Amino acid sequence: MKQDIILAGVGGQGILSIAFVIDNAALAEGLFFKQAEVHGMAQRGGAVQSHMRISDRAIWSDLIPKGEADMILSVEPLEALRYLDYLRPDGIVVTSSTPYKNIPDYPDIGSVLDAVRKAPKAVVVDSERLAKEAGTVKAQNIVLLGAASGSLILKESGLKAMIETLFKGRGGAVLEANLKAFDLGRRAAADS
Amino acid sequence: MGREILLGDEAVALGAVHAGLSAGYSYPGTPASEIMEFLARLSAERPDLQAAWSVNEKVAYEEALGASYAGKRAMVSFKHVGLNVAADPFMNSALTGANGGLLVVSADDPGMHSSQNEQDSRYYVQFAKIFGYEPADHQEAYDMAREAFDVSERFNVPVLMRLVTRLSHSRSSVETREPRPQNALRAGERRDWTLLPVNARRRFGLLLDRQPELTRFSDQSPFNILSLNDKDRSLGVIASGVGYNYFREAWGPDRELPSYLKVSTYPLPEAKIRDLVGSVETVLVIEDGYPYIESRLKGLFGIAGKTVLGRLSGALPPSGELSPDSVRQALGLGPLPAMAMSGLPLAGRPPQLCAGCPHADTFKALTMALEDLAGAGVFSDIGCYTLGALPPYNAIHTCVCMGASVSMARGASDAGLRPAVSVIGDSTFAHSGITSLLSAAAADVDMTVLILDNATTAMTGGQPSFGSGERLMKIVEGVGVAREHIRTIEPLPKNHERNVAVIREELDHPGLSVIVAVRECIQESRKKRS
Repeated sequence: MKQDIILAGVGGQGILSIAFVIDNAALAEGLFFKQAEVHGMAQRGGAVQSHMRISDRAIWSDLIPKGEADMILSVEPLEALRYLDYLRPDGIVVTSSTPYKNIPDYPDIGSVLDAVRKAPKAVVVDSERLAKEAGTVKAQNIVLLGAASGSLILKESGLKAMIETLFKGRGGAVLEANLKAFDLGRRAAADS
Repeated sequence: MGREILLGDEAVALGAVHAGLSAGYSYPGTPASEIMEFLARLSAERPDLQAAWSVNEKVAYEEALGASYAGKRAMVSFKHVGLNVAADPFMNSALTGANGGLLVVSADDPGMHSSQNEQDSRYYVQFAKIFGYEPADHQEAYDMAREAFDVSERFNVPVLMRLVTRLSHSRSSVETREPRPQNALRAGERRDWTLLPVNARRRFGLLLDRQPELTRFSDQSPFNILSLNDKDRSLGVIASGVGYNYFREAWGPDRELPSYLKVSTYPLPEAKIRDLVGSVETVLVIEDGYPYIESRLKGLFGIAGKTVLGRLSGALPPSGELSPDSVRQALGLGPLPAMAMSGLPLAGRPPQLCAGCPHADTFKALTMALEDLAGAGVFSDIGCYTLGALPPYNAIHTCVCMGASVSMARGASDAGLRPAVSVIGDSTFAHSGITSLLSAAAADVDMTVLILDNATTAMTGGQPSFGSGERLMKIVEGVGVAREHIRTIEPLPKNHERNVAVIREELDHPGLSVIVAVRECIQESRKKRS
């Protein structure tokens, strides 16, 4: 049993928080994991990605080989497309539909989403709307984690426990909003 | 003790602490910063553990060396180019030796994710003739850091651990063990530490005499794994550090492994290398960074009857970070079936200055002030403001090494370039700009230095700056810059006209001027508010 996930987005969108939840949930279930992340210069508003590997056997490479990823989980639709060649032919793309436009030549969002939907399995959720509905637009990353959760080999309860660990220090309202964001994302994916 | 989730950097730090570390020093730099970040968090609850950011890597090294001379276990950590800054004490400490164990952690950045070059710290291990470790994973990073202090004390040399970005910034779980107590203060032999020629010659002789022991210890290290396949002698693999992971990943669990040697310590385990090379026809060397092992194997003349493959031969790319994919190809394995790219042209998304960053306003004012001065040279430095080289700013012309902007502006001014401008951040100025400014002030060179004081070391995540605020102003005045040509501006859109005027006035001054642009980093002020 293994799952290799490319986490993608733009520096500042909270990819490492998604990784924190998955890492800790994997450890709690007694699984091996490795997670390669990006620090430093690229974090300043640039494209960022994290290679997240979970397995019941020891893992060698920190990086996912091209063709091995089971999932691309992206907080931004253009960023989801950057790593398609890492995906297995039957892999799944879970992405937000909300573009993050901090570059002058951002392509037409319609053609971006069309390209995403060409993947054999694509789950596209409106993370901005759902995060606002949950109570904070900052929770888009957790909406995406919720949307991916049904396809992860980790237990939903374990993921939620780690969301509590991550946000409990930031006040009840923030924690509640993020738990709701997770649920809304999970439901949106199930309905899509 | 238990299992902990750690970055590779943090695994090193925790291994060092569990080995009885008393003092750690560092200057921030990607990918090494998280070592000291972690130590600093631990030290907040452990008064017996000193963990300090230093003003630069040379200072950090010397602080650690002092702690080692006092008998305590000490660590200094920095990115690979930081070792260049610290090279003077590093090279000489190989002769003086360590008293308390001394671990030097140098984090290389193959692929230059956040660096100016991809130099390979293993050459420094050979250069200094000391002992080195290259962990492949988090557990080894922890275990080797623990062992390194014993090795340093046993052989009386500093020990270098070479990390690469991929391990430094990867997270996994580590099994920890019972901590060892710290060393007591212990007197050493002061003539060993006083490198007068008479002592230095004696100490260098001892260091040379110790080389066979170091090689023997390396050969016996269980971190170097030799596995010979007697049935198939066609291929042997020598893989070091994370290169070993890519080899095992690419080969997979289902095929019988070829003969291989995992190299994890330096000097090279020579006997094991001979055994491996002697039993195969072709050797593929998989190492991240420079072709260090490959070039040592080949020497000038190669090995008669053997084929050596690697980065030099073209089997692997000559530069950039290794990947499981490039290693697959070098092993003669075809690519895995994968999804095709969408075909949609994907606009790049390079890093950029944050919205509201003070540097953006400084660059706008500087560019406006230089508008009619086509021959201007804007020498800049290392930090977030290096992004001022990219559109829409296109404001700076150089980024070479820490502090170089001030000294290069002086050289260009001496050569006749006008105006010669230097742009440097407060932390970089404290690191290596002060002595350059002292030199320029002594000659009252016709140049203008802009110090961007955002009160932090921003690019690496907001570590403290030593040369900010009032202290910075005193330093500038103290090195001898004329008081009337020390100006301050506040880089905000509303001050744009005034800031342009101030910069123009100082560009016109036919001597040294310093303009300090004072506004806190937007990320740091946000952190304080939240």
